[in-house]
Amino acid sequence: MDLALTGDQLALRESVAGLFAEQATPERVRAAEARGHDAALWRVLVQSGVPTMGVPEELGGGGATVSDLVVVAIEAGRRVAPVDLPGAWAAAHLLAGSPAGHGLVGAVGAGEVLPALALRPLRNGSAGPVAGAAAADVVVALDGDELVALSRPEGTVAEPLPDLAAAALAEVSTAVWSQRRVLATGAAAVRAHADAGSLWRVLTAAALEGLRQEALRLGVAYVLDRHAFGVPIAWFQTVQHRLADVATAGDGAELLVHEAAWARDTGDPRAAALARMAFLFAARTAQETAAASLHFHGGYGYTLEYDVQLYYRRARGWPLALGAPRHELRALATDLFAGAA
Amino acid sequence: MDFVESDSLAQFRTAAREWADEHVDPGWVELEHATGTHHNPDLHALLGRQGLLGAGWPAAYGGTDVDPGLALAVFQEIGARGLRMDGWVTTEMVARTILAVATEEARQAIVPAALRGEVVIVLGYTEPGSGSDVAAARMRAVRDGDEWVVNGSKMFTSTAHVATHVFLLARTNTEVAKHRGLTLFLARLDAPGVEVQPVHTLGGQRTNATFYSDVRVPDAMRIGDVDGGWGVMRVALVHERGTAPAPGGPTLVQRVAAWARHAPGDDGGVLFDDPAVQEELARLAVDDEVSRLLALKVRWVASTGGMPGIEGSMAKLWSSEAEQRRGAVLTDLLGEQALLRVEHGTGRGSGGAPLDGAVEWAYRKAPVSTIYGGTSEVQREIVAERRLGLPRSRPAG
Repeated sequence: MDLALTGDQLALRESVAGLFAEQATPERVRAAEARGHDAALWRVLVQSGVPTMGVPEELGGGGATVSDLVVVAIEAGRRVAPVDLPGAWAAAHLLAGSPAGHGLVGAVGAGEVLPALALRPLRNGSAGPVAGAAAADVVVALDGDELVALSRPEGTVAEPLPDLAAAALAEVSTAVWSQRRVLATGAAAVRAHADAGSLWRVLTAAALEGLRQEALRLGVAYVLDRHAFGVPIAWFQTVQHRLADVATAGDGAELLVHEAAWARDTGDPRAAALARMAFLFAARTAQETAAASLHFHGGYGYTLEYDVQLYYRRARGWPLALGAPRHELRALATDLFAGAA
Repeated sequence: MDFVESDSLAQFRTAAREWADEHVDPGWVELEHATGTHHNPDLHALLGRQGLLGAGWPAAYGGTDVDPGLALAVFQEIGARGLRMDGWVTTEMVARTILAVATEEARQAIVPAALRGEVVIVLGYTEPGSGSDVAAARMRAVRDGDEWVVNGSKMFTSTAHVATHVFLLARTNTEVAKHRGLTLFLARLDAPGVEVQPVHTLGGQRTNATFYSDVRVPDAMRIGDVDGGWGVMRVALVHERGTAPAPGGPTLVQRVAAWARHAPGDDGGVLFDDPAVQEELARLAVDDEVSRLLALKVRWVASTGGMPGIEGSMAKLWSSEAEQRRGAVLTDLLGEQALLRVEHGTGRGSGGAPLDGAVEWAYRKAPVSTIYGGTSEVQREIVAERRLGLPRSRPAG
């Protein structure tokens, strides 16, 4: 048992934390809200090899483990960086898994192609609103029993849909995304798509965990500063205890995210269930923390001027990209209990 | 990171199971439920005779040459079979404190006998008027030559009705701040003036209220310095041992899930087919995993030489609150089936209750989890002050 990051991971964390602090300031985050994507930030990430860091080295990627990606996702989430790293990473994972996708992997690494993942299979030619798609050049999707890389003909655009989390949401339909490259077929395609979804859950959980940590920090800093009735509001037990509760759940979320990554990296049989658990719990704690933090800002928390609203919206918006959590809960129950009768 | 916790007691597990197979009477669990006493005198005496209680203790004070790893594995195996050893938990804690701070006379008089299983010590901190604010104790001890005269009462003196001694927190100085006027004494429970009255609890455990009227305690049985009791209590708390728990059986949530896959549902199928049931079970499973991880972190911090104070508070806060959610959710999930109660010791109602009434019992015993061992309010205070850096909110004193 070792619950500490490795020396390399600590160095990685420091370096990406600096990058996001500089490149994903609250001003930049606000400026990117309309499009849900900061192209300048993405270019910097491409220069650092971040989009393909999880791709095997022989394909030109960084060969990073999921645990390493989690370290980066936490720092991106901390600054609510306007780039869809979990979707891009999960899509790159699928492109790298098929010889038909290797050319696109190279293009992703070169910054020529931005990939996204359609989490839900296409139905009647549509995957519904897909996070990251408004900024993406390629969307990897499951169409029946075919895993496909969809792209748009030159000159067409994916119309961004205004959304809660400024997540570059766009409807993905084969009418617009009319060009397709088949990556896999049959059971292998279905399996690969499910596996990428599981990876996306772990990475999104990590982004939510970073978001949660910063939402808590914002709330704690505010209650220490703000006075009411002649004392800092941090002095009141009702304030302290709610923050202590979310901080406690937060320690659990952090552990669960790292455990899910570790399980994936080591091929643990519980990996899929842990990915769902980490996703569900990181979402819940991020939402509870951001809500508490916003509440303790009082009326100011409700204004757009304060940063906490950026966190409050994304805490719920990011996980909803997968759909209603009830489906995830039922799938988790099946993973955990359906084999034990 | 690496989430695999190596079992430091792995080499002892088989021997521990064999020991329990040979010595643990299967009827003892029912006896414990029926009496509500979380201490089995026969088992305790046997552990003492076989040298298991004295494993790892200094030979000069009755320590034995039994491997401490084997002893711990046996204790965990006993726990895994549904028996609690509350009497040993408190006896061990006080005996260690006595070795650390008491006179040689007290060490020789108490520790070897405790390790033989002949002395059983319970805690007398909490009073009718003081629980979380333990330093507000009002029990008085007044010196009279070589003795102290003790007057007052203690509440929740669990196991006192089958114990020999009580570790009393008493006020010896009323002229100083409340933390500075306390002293600890080891009193005999069979001394004149001691009265033990049963207190029955919601979860079935029998505890006690104990009363002390001019009870005489020799000065040699004063444990630590006069007015130094607060520091002595802190010594008593620093002996937590961080080892992986014994491999346990299925959790309550897993048992209910397995039951729900056969129990009739509302519309002809089985209960587990109900999506709402699946969602509730999944949420509880996540709660359980978080509890497990927070406890794992406590052991990890301890294993790296750290003091897991904040982590311990977080683990206790989360798992106790989760236990209460679980009790509420599972009773709702079982509906009218959760009403059925098994009354131990009466032979009544033992048939028909799902999972032998485990869910009904879980609901009844859940409230105590956020009260004993530091209330949730105390734990939140620790997290708020020490993790989040928020100011101390309670009055100084």
